[in-house]
Amino acid sequence: MLIKNGAGIPYSEVTDERWYLRRREFLRVGAGLAGAAVGGVFAACANDAVDDVSAAPAVADAQTPLPNVTKKMVTTTEQLNKFEEITGYNNYYEFGTRKSDPAKYAGQLKTSPWTVKIDGLCNKPGDYALDDIIKTADLEERVYRFRCVEAWSMVIPWIGIPLAAVIKRADPQPKATFVEMQTVLRPKEMPGLAVGGLNWPYTEGLRMDEAMNPLSLLAVGLYGKTLMNQNGAPIRLVVPWKYGFKNVKSIVRIRFVDKMPSTAWNDANPGEYGFYSNVNPTVDHPRWSQATEKRIPSYFATTKTLMFNGYADQVASMYAGMDLKKWY
Amino acid sequence: MRWRTVLKILVFLLALGPAALLVRGMVTGDLGVNPAETIQLETGRWTFKLLLLTLAVTPVRRLTGWNAVIQFRRMLGLFTFFYGTLHFASYWAFDLVFSFSRMAGDIVKRPFIAMGFASLMLMLPLAITSTKGWIRRLGRNWAVLHRAIYGAAICAAVHFAWKQKVFTGDAVSYAIAVAVLLGFRLVWMLRERGRARARAQTAAS
Repeated sequence: MLIKNGAGIPYSEVTDERWYLRRREFLRVGAGLAGAAVGGVFAACANDAVDDVSAAPAVADAQTPLPNVTKKMVTTTEQLNKFEEITGYNNYYEFGTRKSDPAKYAGQLKTSPWTVKIDGLCNKPGDYALDDIIKTADLEERVYRFRCVEAWSMVIPWIGIPLAAVIKRADPQPKATFVEMQTVLRPKEMPGLAVGGLNWPYTEGLRMDEAMNPLSLLAVGLYGKTLMNQNGAPIRLVVPWKYGFKNVKSIVRIRFVDKMPSTAWNDANPGEYGFYSNVNPTVDHPRWSQATEKRIPSYFATTKTLMFNGYADQVASMYAGMDLKKWY
Repeated sequence: MRWRTVLKILVFLLALGPAALLVRGMVTGDLGVNPAETIQLETGRWTFKLLLLTLAVTPVRRLTGWNAVIQFRRMLGLFTFFYGTLHFASYWAFDLVFSFSRMAGDIVKRPFIAMGFASLMLMLPLAITSTKGWIRRLGRNWAVLHRAIYGAAICAAVHFAWKQKVFTGDAVSYAIAVAVLLGFRLVWMLRERGRARARAQTAAS
């Protein structure tokens, strides 16, 4: 497909991992100087730094390589975030509300065997085994910006299949105007559920044209391997022009409906989180600005947030004529 | 050295500890994936913890009769202000990239930020007037002025609760702690009034 922004850029040029991995050294030297200015005593601690930069990205047992990735779509020339950043800083409230909770507790979730129930207004409903769903289309790598509603962002090399392929296979009926998706609900494996906060199971949804947009991805991996549980293993949604919480994780159900589904964050706080939740620098969250974002691991929110997270060329036409202040 | 001096130095170093650990974390790159957020959250929490400790001094003194504890109140209060300032500075620097106009916009538009800012602004005159000279100059008014700490505590509790995306036990515990510590004052005040009224009645009869 045609992506105007950065089409045809080789993956190696985007990653440039050597430079990337050395970045922490630069940071550390800089921070060391700052630290020395604050108090020479603490600067000495810089020598205690034990994190081995050459070890990233770490290899986890739970992951297996995904060898048959045939296509690549690189939508940004920005540096990729490190594997340990993508897997160490997550919002997955079923495992706790702290960003480090999912990495700590999501390991308990059993992701095999896994089936996805596809039902509702479609002609081929059924319980689809994970492998069967993945076989619907060739695996592709998609380098996307990821923008959280909390105003931080990352660049992530997802691997997955177009959501449109799975939808076509299910053969939705003309009445189906929305797609609802649900995260697995396993109280014994999800300690965060006991604390509460949202209406479980975590439910999200897209309008049918949004779901069919070529950018919409069902991700099953990143950095060449299957997903870690904290990232929503074994299969999760990625819609890069929307705020991160739209990207429902660990999907067990895809349902075709004829009404706008009620969604988790909209239920919890309708004044702050709309159904659409398109990334929009001109519509602030009531409690903070959305004009800029903090690109992890930077200290400063100096990155300007782009309309539709930089994917306006691919998605803006779907919202033509809509008042995006009203439909936030 | 007298034991009180030793204890004061110890409390001073302990109160400095969290800030020292953050500086160390910056140096070693050990503040997690989003270090700016770690600094913001930690300085915020320590502001609140020290505020609660400061508010606890008088109840502890009255309940236990340990009068010497009053000697730590100023230090605890000033450390509260110190962490509050760091907390505010980290928001202004990291989130707003040192923009005064965006800061003004946030304070006007966003009540939870206005609450945090109000809390800090209420503490500012208290920090300034914490010296011996000011205590002498203000005389009786000093104690009245320093009741502003109650307002600062309420603002801080609202600020913290309002910041949460979902209901969390943490924000509730801090709010309860504030309520309990201010509750002591309320009870004392009511008792005092009752006594004053009784005295007035006795005098009248």
